[in-house]
Amino acid sequence: MTLNSIFSPLAGVIFLFLLAGCQTAPESLQGTGDLGVIVERATGSLALANTSQQQIVDQVEGLGDLSHASVKFSRDARYAFVFGRDGGLSKVDLLTGEITARILQSGNSIGGAISQDGQLVAVANYEPGGVKLFSSDNLELVADIPATWTDENGDQQRSKVVGLVDAPGNRFVYSLFDAGEIHVVDMNGATPELTRFTDVGKNPYDALIDPSGRYYIAGLFGEDGLTLLDLWHTEAGVQHILTDYGRGEERLPVYKMPHLEGWAMAGDEAWLPAVGRHEILIANKEDWALTGRIPVQGQPIFVMSRPDQHQVWVSFAHPDNDVVQVIDTETRAIVTTLSPGKAVLHMEFTPRGEHVWISARDSNRVTVYDTHTLQEVKRLESESPSGIFFTDRAHRIGL
Amino acid sequence: MSLLIRILWFCILGLVSLQSSASDIAQEREEELEILLYQDCGSCHGMRLKGGLGPALSQERMNRYTRDGLASLILLGIPGTAMPSWGGLLSEKEARWLADQLQHNNPLKR
Repeated sequence: MTLNSIFSPLAGVIFLFLLAGCQTAPESLQGTGDLGVIVERATGSLALANTSQQQIVDQVEGLGDLSHASVKFSRDARYAFVFGRDGGLSKVDLLTGEITARILQSGNSIGGAISQDGQLVAVANYEPGGVKLFSSDNLELVADIPATWTDENGDQQRSKVVGLVDAPGNRFVYSLFDAGEIHVVDMNGATPELTRFTDVGKNPYDALIDPSGRYYIAGLFGEDGLTLLDLWHTEAGVQHILTDYGRGEERLPVYKMPHLEGWAMAGDEAWLPAVGRHEILIANKEDWALTGRIPVQGQPIFVMSRPDQHQVWVSFAHPDNDVVQVIDTETRAIVTTLSPGKAVLHMEFTPRGEHVWISARDSNRVTVYDTHTLQEVKRLESESPSGIFFTDRAHRIGL
Repeated sequence: MSLLIRILWFCILGLVSLQSSASDIAQEREEELEILLYQDCGSCHGMRLKGGLGPALSQERMNRYTRDGLASLILLGIPGTAMPSWGGLLSEKEARWLADQLQHNNPLKR
């Protein structure tokens, strides 16, 4: 072979072929839009799921105590931030299944949020009570904001933090369970700017922010009703809404706090779980008046809207937690009662809502339903599955 | 309400003793109770009992109560707090079994 022959067309092709072998083959490139994670609380692992294939494709171990763990996604929808009960915060690469960063940032934590610009990850802590902010890049600490309040004796205390959400304007909003306060942190300046709203009601236990990011609503455990903060008009302070839904009746023992995440909107109405009652409450978004109550089969935990808002799906507290009820938002009638397994903990709709994935902790399975036919599509084995989170949350405020 | 608190107070002091029963709990029910303890109680107290919205349930802390006092607390709840009364779901015998677990077979020592 002469030197010239290397430039012959055939040799060129062979050369290119050899070169291609050194590069990533196109088949291995993958988007993350149809990926998600399932928290497996007993084993402290994360199952990586693909919603197009309806399969669990990988398992991530070594994430600590994942009881009540929740997950947020990075702005590029490639990384999952996992908030563990033991104060662990882990960053997981969905494409490789690797933990790229992990810290133990507190003694006891409940969940987190990611800022509007994707730069900051915030964690709500029970112990010591407060919020910590980290760089979403490498989980380095950016700010530590103790949730301090003054008790009835004039002493400074730290409160457990609940209902932490991200809000437009690169803000975070959260509630103080022990103090009955709502705090707003603005992260636009060099240092966090904190605004406190006191006397918001007794024991806020969780909160939600509506899909537009305007209304922050905290549920109250210690009294009837909820507290509303209009983030367009924080100068107006907080407003109590649905204050008499219990009408002073003795409520049932509450075996599990409802969750307010995934707030259900249908037209101009918000659908919310009642505390200590077998009811869904419906409020008009104009004046927040109670416009309806729907009797359901147990104490509601999650009240979640299918993305097209035509259905609301409801899960329940122990001991009525083996079923899920589906309600038509137009007729307000219960369309069906499904049995996904024992101890249903969470539901997650695929991005456009054609399917819903439901975890049943004590049946060790996740069931996928077609939300149109309401028929089971698939069962996936998973050990003590709890929260299910899909990457479309990456691009929605408050999720 | 104040009557309930008073009853509770007596129970915790162990002045009111629950009637104990000779028969044991079925194996299957014990397994259910164990799931209840770590998963359902765990939703407030943590799956490893290290606390959450509710306080940690360490063996050390649980042994500050008498067994029957602790069982009563489980059955009656603590009014004015998020601790519900489990009496609607558990028998006295089952509550005592849970108290035994917390006092003698607890993964969280202190």
